[in-house]
Amino acid sequence: MTTSAVLRVSNISKNYHVPSPILSKLRPGALRRESLTALDGIDLELRAGEILALVGESGSGKSTLAKILVGSVEASAGQLDYRGLPMPVRRGRDATRRIQMVFQDPYSSLNPRITVGAILAELLKLHKIVPRNEVRAESIRLLNLVGMQEEALDAYPSQFSGGQRQRIAIARALAVRPDVLIADEPVSALDVSVQATILELFTSLRVELGLSILFVAHNLAVVQHLSQRVAVMYLGRIVEVAETAELFANPRHPYTQALIGSIPRMSESSVNLELVLEGEPPSPYDIPSGCRFHPRCPAAVTACREIDPSLTAVAADHQSACLLANELPAFYPVATS
Amino acid sequence: MTTPAPLLSVNNLSLGVVRSGHRPTVIVDDVSFTVAKGERFGIVGESGSGKSLTLRAIAGLLPAGIDALSGSVTYEGRDLFSTSSAARRKLMGPEIAMVFQEPMTALNPVVRVGEQIAEGPRRHLGLSRAAAMALAIEMMAKTGIPDPAKRARAFPHELSGGLRQRIMIAMALSCRPKLLLCDEPTTALDVTVQHQVLRLLEQLCDDFGAALIFVTHDLAVVNQTCDNLAVMYAGHIVESGRVKDVFRDPRHPYTRGLLDSAPDFDQPDRALVPIPGFPPNLADRPSGCAFAPRCIHAQPGCLVASPALESLAPGRSVACIESDSIFQGVPA
Repeated sequence: MTTSAVLRVSNISKNYHVPSPILSKLRPGALRRESLTALDGIDLELRAGEILALVGESGSGKSTLAKILVGSVEASAGQLDYRGLPMPVRRGRDATRRIQMVFQDPYSSLNPRITVGAILAELLKLHKIVPRNEVRAESIRLLNLVGMQEEALDAYPSQFSGGQRQRIAIARALAVRPDVLIADEPVSALDVSVQATILELFTSLRVELGLSILFVAHNLAVVQHLSQRVAVMYLGRIVEVAETAELFANPRHPYTQALIGSIPRMSESSVNLELVLEGEPPSPYDIPSGCRFHPRCPAAVTACREIDPSLTAVAADHQSACLLANELPAFYPVATS
Repeated sequence: MTTPAPLLSVNNLSLGVVRSGHRPTVIVDDVSFTVAKGERFGIVGESGSGKSLTLRAIAGLLPAGIDALSGSVTYEGRDLFSTSSAARRKLMGPEIAMVFQEPMTALNPVVRVGEQIAEGPRRHLGLSRAAAMALAIEMMAKTGIPDPAKRARAFPHELSGGLRQRIMIAMALSCRPKLLLCDEPTTALDVTVQHQVLRLLEQLCDDFGAALIFVTHDLAVVNQTCDNLAVMYAGHIVESGRVKDVFRDPRHPYTRGLLDSAPDFDQPDRALVPIPGFPPNLADRPSGCAFAPRCIHAQPGCLVASPALESLAPGRSVACIESDSIFQGVPA
């Protein structure tokens, strides 16, 4: 287990300091909101050659964690190891190369003023991936890898559809031959029929190139199809990690159960008519005491208000941060009728 | 038809951009459907299929530059396109109301949400300021907003996405409309909140007896919410029928392709099959079936003329000339 981890995150936290408005500082006794906790003690490992899905509601810290992994945001505390060695806070060219990112919106993440060929050539030259006279051949190879043709090299991003742009963005991330791809909701801006082709591409990258991929998503049906393991986030914490099949068949955290219960279903027999979760996630300025899920949790007991549970193993390769993880009622996410 | 007169009927509606000296660019082409009282009707399609424009045409909110080229929309026997805009404004609110996709841009950012909800009842139901505000707070409570009296004094930016969408729903239902138009009302929301909002919409439509037209790209959401649906592709309705029947036994290759390409939580091991190719350029429509260039079953006949929506069974239609030969042997 230890040897196969490509990226390991230990106890990473991220706080943002938000100065309160000047007028409320003058008012005596005013509520002070100065620190926002985006991530609070995250432990996670990305294993070699796996797709690890990171799911959670907006504001749970998924994107912040993704940004810390690629190095565009600095963690407030904690450590990031790459293949067993600590990642420097200021990454050099080589460290940057190893971990690459694919963004959510392919309409805003590609430079509209330069051709696709120039986008790829820029990286190939800067990182000296291939000799200068082979840049064009390498660019064509990259485009073929993501299912596009040579003609695309001389076109501008605006000439492509959303799905094609996302392919170009993936080719750009692959240009520097990374080991790890961090994909932040790469299919949520795409249509269903196009989404399937991009998911297929991610699977082939994992299988053929042996890439390790962190896939940030909110669509659980997509996650179930694509990933080997799933980590569920809630309000800056990871509340459950397990292999995909295990997590969906045997969720051991009430929040995961609620997420699964909320998935819109395609078959009539499994439409869930129960309102599974009340309320909305609390503000990250003001995190509840004890277990941070207790105000919305249907199973909460008195102890949940006082004890802040940490991630503990509930089965082989399955961790949950719930005091009652082993006492939760049986859960049938898929209708058995 | 044995069923009573429909609440709304859209007849051969075509929408497009008129260009002087050219043939108009047709975006929605010859769309017809009816919605009965209390029915929940879904329109499914990908971006650019014309589903949102169809909805906006019903609401009279077509963007500048896009016009109705032909056809009509009839609401309770009244032709909406020939109604004066003053009469139409009286209709919007107490009869037809709309919930938009993005609650942040659809709400007025400088007016307190309670006042925004109260505006409709004051104008249409003639309530006093105080009575309208009381109704607004009552509506907010009905949509499950905690502490409605306090939240009514909030501005939209002070509320989360889920609460804002509830405000939109409260606003749309405040005059007890008979028809609620929803344009992807849950796309911007998280799964758990989406689930709450969908349940809320269904429940309130039941309570008020309102019919619902629900536009979305998410097949699973339609399955949970609607009774009947129409699948749109490149401005045409390619298939329509009861949600159950269409999902179980799609009769158009595009519907089949959509169902095969969408991940289904109940069938994790099924491979996703993407639809090859791209939607057609609407400015340069192919002569035959719009889906033919992407269709693996296309025959030479498909390229000749655009197939009409033919009835298969009562309440079930499909626009595909090869439908019988493609889906023969598939259990109905």
